[in-house]
Amino acid sequence: MLRTWRQRITATDIVIWTIGIAIAVMVVYGSAKTLALGKYTTETWIDLAITGLALGGVYALIALGYTLVYGILRMINFAHSEVFMSGPFTAAFAADALVRLGWWNRFPVLSLLIVLAISAGVSALIAILVERIAYRPLRNAPRLVPLITAIGASFFLQYTFRGLYGSGLKGYPEMDIFKGFWMIAGIRVFKTQAAAIIGAIILMLILYAIVQRTKMGKAMRSVSEDKEVAALMGIDVNRTIATTFALGGAAAGLAGILYLLLFPVAHFYMGFFPGLKAFTAAVLGGIGNVPGAFLGAMVLGLLESVGPSLFLDGLGIPAAYQLKDAIAFTILVFILIFRPSGILGERLTQAKA
Amino acid sequence: MDSPSSSPWKQPLQAGVIAGAVSVLLSLVGMVATFKDRFIISGVFSMGQVIFLAPILLMAYSLLRRTAPQSRQQVILSGLFTGLVGGVVLAALVVIGKNVDLQAMFVNSSPILHNILTFNQPLVPGLLILIAICMVMGVLASGIVLLPQRVATAIIQGVSWILLIGLMRDLIITVTSRWGPLAGLVRLFFANSGLKPLGAILLFALIAGLNYWRSGRPAPVVKPAQTKERPLIYYAKWIGLGVLLLLLPPILGIFFSDILDTVFMYILMGIGLNIVVGFAGLLDLGYVAFFAIGAYTMGVLTSPELNADPMTYWQALPFAMIACVVSGMILGLPVLKMRGDYLAIVTLGFGEIVRLLALSDWLRPWFGGSQGIQLIAQPTIGNFVLNTQQELYYLFLLGVGIVAFIAWRLRDSRMGRTWMALREDEDVAIAMGINHVATKLMAFATGALFSGIAGTIFAAKLQSVYPHSMNFLVSINVLSLIIIGGMGSIPGVFVGSLVLMGSPELLREFAEYRYLVYGALLVVMMLTRPEGLWPDARRRLELHEEELEKEAQELADAESAATETTK
Repeated sequence: MLRTWRQRITATDIVIWTIGIAIAVMVVYGSAKTLALGKYTTETWIDLAITGLALGGVYALIALGYTLVYGILRMINFAHSEVFMSGPFTAAFAADALVRLGWWNRFPVLSLLIVLAISAGVSALIAILVERIAYRPLRNAPRLVPLITAIGASFFLQYTFRGLYGSGLKGYPEMDIFKGFWMIAGIRVFKTQAAAIIGAIILMLILYAIVQRTKMGKAMRSVSEDKEVAALMGIDVNRTIATTFALGGAAAGLAGILYLLLFPVAHFYMGFFPGLKAFTAAVLGGIGNVPGAFLGAMVLGLLESVGPSLFLDGLGIPAAYQLKDAIAFTILVFILIFRPSGILGERLTQAKA
Repeated sequence: MDSPSSSPWKQPLQAGVIAGAVSVLLSLVGMVATFKDRFIISGVFSMGQVIFLAPILLMAYSLLRRTAPQSRQQVILSGLFTGLVGGVVLAALVVIGKNVDLQAMFVNSSPILHNILTFNQPLVPGLLILIAICMVMGVLASGIVLLPQRVATAIIQGVSWILLIGLMRDLIITVTSRWGPLAGLVRLFFANSGLKPLGAILLFALIAGLNYWRSGRPAPVVKPAQTKERPLIYYAKWIGLGVLLLLLPPILGIFFSDILDTVFMYILMGIGLNIVVGFAGLLDLGYVAFFAIGAYTMGVLTSPELNADPMTYWQALPFAMIACVVSGMILGLPVLKMRGDYLAIVTLGFGEIVRLLALSDWLRPWFGGSQGIQLIAQPTIGNFVLNTQQELYYLFLLGVGIVAFIAWRLRDSRMGRTWMALREDEDVAIAMGINHVATKLMAFATGALFSGIAGTIFAAKLQSVYPHSMNFLVSINVLSLIIIGGMGSIPGVFVGSLVLMGSPELLREFAEYRYLVYGALLVVMMLTRPEGLWPDARRRLELHEEELEKEAQELADAESAATETTK
């Protein structure tokens, strides 16, 4: 037994495991040291955790698009971060118009619904266009080819929106109902953060229900199992794939509005980092798996927000928050190395990856 | 698609709407207005006009090419109709823009744009002119389809050369300015921006006529290929090219030499990434990381700011190279098992981690944080310091020469064939006994090395490095140029770099839209010509495997049919 185990291990495994264990030790040591130093109070930790959960909610909705598309086409929709950007960037102009009309604070719920609808609509439209123009003709091409078009589409969209709406920052107006904070059991929760968390959970549940309960969702799941058989069963594969892109796009557009609640500035580059993080979240939860995307996003949001202070402060690293993106990417690299199937994924994923 | 029952107007209508939409997009993105003063033919025809008219011409042309042979009248009519629809869509943009305040949202929907689209005329006649010119474009497209091949080719060649020469006015004037009497002759053709109208007509007649005459001659008899003894002219060509490359900086002057430096730096990186992506099929999106590692190693070792005992460029170079190879392997090890999409994302993450670390306050004592590193040593030969753009060009040239030679020999070596086997089918390659660990690591290490060398020269050229110049866009530049040049093709890297890196520098207006255009080019290239501009022979075979098989099958069918009839 020991012998076969020893034969199977290679030099690369040893190197990788050594690096992995070293980082794990560093994280544990850093956390212990930070906690021992007692630089932060419990309240700070809870604040950080709530910030993380709010971010996680946004990531979850974006991650849904990656996961659905991966499930159905076995490809990573690289342009999804730009799909995410297009909706809220457009909606920020609609919000301005609503402010000028005076509706913004007079009919907050209606205004919010309008902005959400515009954001979701634009993102869904862009997602459908990308699928139709850049992916559909290449569905049977070698793997590298659609990936390259995806990167191309991503840059094309980013700079198209830069040209259309300008390269500056576009402020998103604050709503009176989201000003201030609530005290819940002695914990201070900003209303925007609460809205982001609650909104993300509700939207996630609705979207999950669409995938699991409706006929459309059933068609999606069957196409993701086997395109040819699904086509034989009378399912319009092209249309189902387009719907999947639209659904993922709409989710990203909705996420965009929640994101603007947390960070009220829209710009053409706003999709890059959230997109990458959401992808990490999707992989962390197990790509192709909707509940996994939610779980992964929440975990990632927490790690990103609590992580720098917890892991790195104790190691004496100054300005640890600068490294929060680096932490997210490191997590991505390490999941892909040690457990590419993610938290909830099946082992199957490894064969496909 | 072409069901006979559908109305003959449906397809032109579709094409016209799409063409109009593309023109509207290009106008709203700002390209039309940006290029308005870049004249092709001075005072007559600017690049801005080309940008909004070209989609209509091209769309009509591709529509007419696609549809089955029709009568002459039908072709002209559908061309005309496509142009009409496209023109109406564009006119709608102007009308809406004049009446609704679009500029609050679309920053480029300005009076400037409207003036360009209406050809500086009042609204109504301007719109009529716009629609009429769009219709002329449609008719031109049908004209190209209807004319005999030989005439059509001559016209297309003439127009494209006029476009190119008009745009390259500054370069041509600079280069020829030292040619004495010839300079005066060349200047006769050019205005302050673009060509003079008369010059354009003369040039067009010359180029189109030459082309017409050449295509009329019988094709030269193909001599049987000589394998052993190459004719003297073969060597003469290469020697000539080499001499030209050596003479370029004094011919071009400082400004254009600087552009040339950039082009060559990207060739250097392109050849490296070409090994990773083109040969071994590993999509690396974090390629800038190695460029950064090369540049930073050079900075850390040679800058007196960070180092009590700074080294010279040549002393530090081997260390930078070693650092790059090692980091290439460090990246390579964990991603050995990953393929395709996951690999792309992980490498992207790696590139970002390197940048974030260089930027962080944590490592500031070593890498200078956001301030970067200054006072980096410049390369010296004896007592001679290479410090101008023209002198550094030779360093780039030397680097490119060595690296291109290595890549070219590697491609046909055992290692090269192993890479390609791995690219074709990893499982089969491993089953055949290929050591995929060593092979992949070798690809990553070689690619990293070449990129790192480019980084060291970059650091020496600017004498400083900043984390901000190490962003993701550099990786995208390199990736775009090798894909557009042709994946796996070494001449393709040269072509791709010259086109993609040279054009934004030569056409300042274009720089703002470079990533928009690169993105569109990547998509269009993958859809229409995935093998690139200058393809590698083997790669082309792979990508067109199905078509070639189909052709072979048809050929075989025809042969068997022929033998059967003779029986």
